[in-house]
Amino acid sequence: MRRSSTLLYSLLGFGYAFLYLPIIVLMVYSFNNARLATVWGGFSTRWYSALLDNSQILDAAMLSLEIALVSATAATLLGTLAALGLNRMGRYRGRTLFTGMIAAPLVMPEVITGLSLLLLFVSLQELIGWPGARGANTITIAHITFSMAYVAVIVQSRLASMDHALEEAAMDLGGRPFAVTLDITLPLILPAMAAGWLLAFTLSLDDLVISSFTAGAGASTLPMVIFSKVKLGVTPEINALATIIIGIVTVGVVIAGWTMLRQQKQLARPEAGH
Amino acid sequence: MTDVEPAKSPGQGGACSGTPWQDPAQKPFIELQSLSKHFDDFAAVDDISLKIYRGELFTILGGSGCGKSTLLRMLAGFEKPSTGRILIDGVDITLSPPYERPVNMMFQSYAVFPHMTVEQNIGYGLKKEKLPRTEIASRVEEMLQLVQLPELAKRKPDQLSGGQRQRVALARALIKRPKVLLLDEPLAALDKKLREQTQFELMNLQDTLGITFVVVTHDQEEAMTLATRIAVMDAGKFVQIGTPSEIYEFPQNRFIANFFGQINTFDATVVASDALSLTVRLDDSGTEIRTRHEQDLAPGTRCVIGVRPEKLLISTQAPTRDGLTVTRGVVEDLAYYGNRSLYRVRSQNGRIIQVSAQNYQRSAQLLLEWDDEVFLSWNSDCSVVLTQ
Repeated sequence: MRRSSTLLYSLLGFGYAFLYLPIIVLMVYSFNNARLATVWGGFSTRWYSALLDNSQILDAAMLSLEIALVSATAATLLGTLAALGLNRMGRYRGRTLFTGMIAAPLVMPEVITGLSLLLLFVSLQELIGWPGARGANTITIAHITFSMAYVAVIVQSRLASMDHALEEAAMDLGGRPFAVTLDITLPLILPAMAAGWLLAFTLSLDDLVISSFTAGAGASTLPMVIFSKVKLGVTPEINALATIIIGIVTVGVVIAGWTMLRQQKQLARPEAGH
Repeated sequence: MTDVEPAKSPGQGGACSGTPWQDPAQKPFIELQSLSKHFDDFAAVDDISLKIYRGELFTILGGSGCGKSTLLRMLAGFEKPSTGRILIDGVDITLSPPYERPVNMMFQSYAVFPHMTVEQNIGYGLKKEKLPRTEIASRVEEMLQLVQLPELAKRKPDQLSGGQRQRVALARALIKRPKVLLLDEPLAALDKKLREQTQFELMNLQDTLGITFVVVTHDQEEAMTLATRIAVMDAGKFVQIGTPSEIYEFPQNRFIANFFGQINTFDATVVASDALSLTVRLDDSGTEIRTRHEQDLAPGTRCVIGVRPEKLLISTQAPTRDGLTVTRGVVEDLAYYGNRSLYRVRSQNGRIIQVSAQNYQRSAQLLLEWDDEVFLSWNSDCSVVLTQ
């Protein structure tokens, strides 16, 4: 008994070390005074100030944030509409097919998504002269396309667990369908929408493959800049940048997780009985 | 809800006076005209016609999947009938959407809005009518008094008990002063003690407000105590419609007889028949019985005679009174409940007959013992002819 639990704990520790040790090393080395990324030369924040002077990285970071904000917002709106359409419009032909298809981008290899979108943009340009030069706008559209699927899946699962009688009761009391959606459905799926927005935001900020396919010459997102710099060797500047990104992503994930947890508790509470 | 009056006998609740369903001059308040609902090939509700009168507490009773919920949902407007019409107070509402019907519903799950306070929940219907704030506030206050929850106005539903949530749902459905209140299994989610209390409160409330109630339930006891009339439903059709006592005392077939309490059955053959009564011969004792039965059956038809356990008299000496049907048996088993005893008697042909007897004599010893030879008798009028 005793021995097996020691074994279990060391396995657990090993697993977590495997996951988090590299990240911790990276964060520690972002405060390294030496130029070489592998030798410790004392504590310093000089790479953080160097980062502030690097306009290429700062521009890329701003662009990434902009794209993430716009695409997360648009994906949340579209994804919620898709979920409502699939879940609340009754039975119609092809509903199962649509429900399956909305989840397809979640399992599609990013390379294929990126390539297909690139081909789409190129042929659209030839056919109707839009979207013009590829850049921030094409990346945004591409990000909306795949993160919308995540939002739709999250919102749909919330809708599925919601008691349909709530909406019927509101309608029974004189609420017209649109008013019922505003009064009852939206407030109840709001936590799921918030979680979906945060996930879409993080996914967009994180994305390298699809961005690389759909970006033009002028627009480089942060992950693209980092990736191209790493090819020339890891500098402590990148470590500093990575540390900042990890910080932002962690906050995002924690908030998203916390909202979902709260929502689940709220759902579970009425069943607790009295 | 005002104080419960325990003196009031159950089964006679409701603002509806007398028996309007027996008076052909009365105008029905709710009328279903050959209503059907098909889901693909399956008929959930199959060609039902029904008249419900103002102030009735009408109960639709049936097992799961019998179509009672679909019927209620068509009344509320959540399902469109495949064929037929629904009229309320003379107005055809067959195709009106739920938000335009003079009908409100209390849902089985109560469906109290979790993100609104008790007050907001109750006031929702009036807010949708765009009534002025002050009027909404005063009518919400009135409803809170009616369901005895004034101190909980600011609470959220997750801070309420099941019984309190049921009252919120009730107040919310009543505040719009509907012509008809639909109740879907109103007592199913409550524990036994609360059920009995709420049952009386519902009846009193219906009496005070004079609103026509349509209740759907699977619980025959609930139906018996609440209803002015019961419609027993099976496979999308009504099997029998009547007052609780009509359904208990004059069940139309074996299904209903067994559904409401217990009944002893004896095989018999029809000997003679006229417009109102029937004479049959019991197989095991050969006794001939004349009893009320409106259906005309040809002599020689096989049938079953049903007798409720409490209608049977048990005695050690042969009864001599006229108009009794007598058979003999041996006490096989008995259970003493204090106020009454339950006997299982094996008749001459080996069939078990249940007898429920009031213990009207005081005695420290059992009046009857195991293996005693007994006579069973009943008033021939109490025999029910069951055809199926």
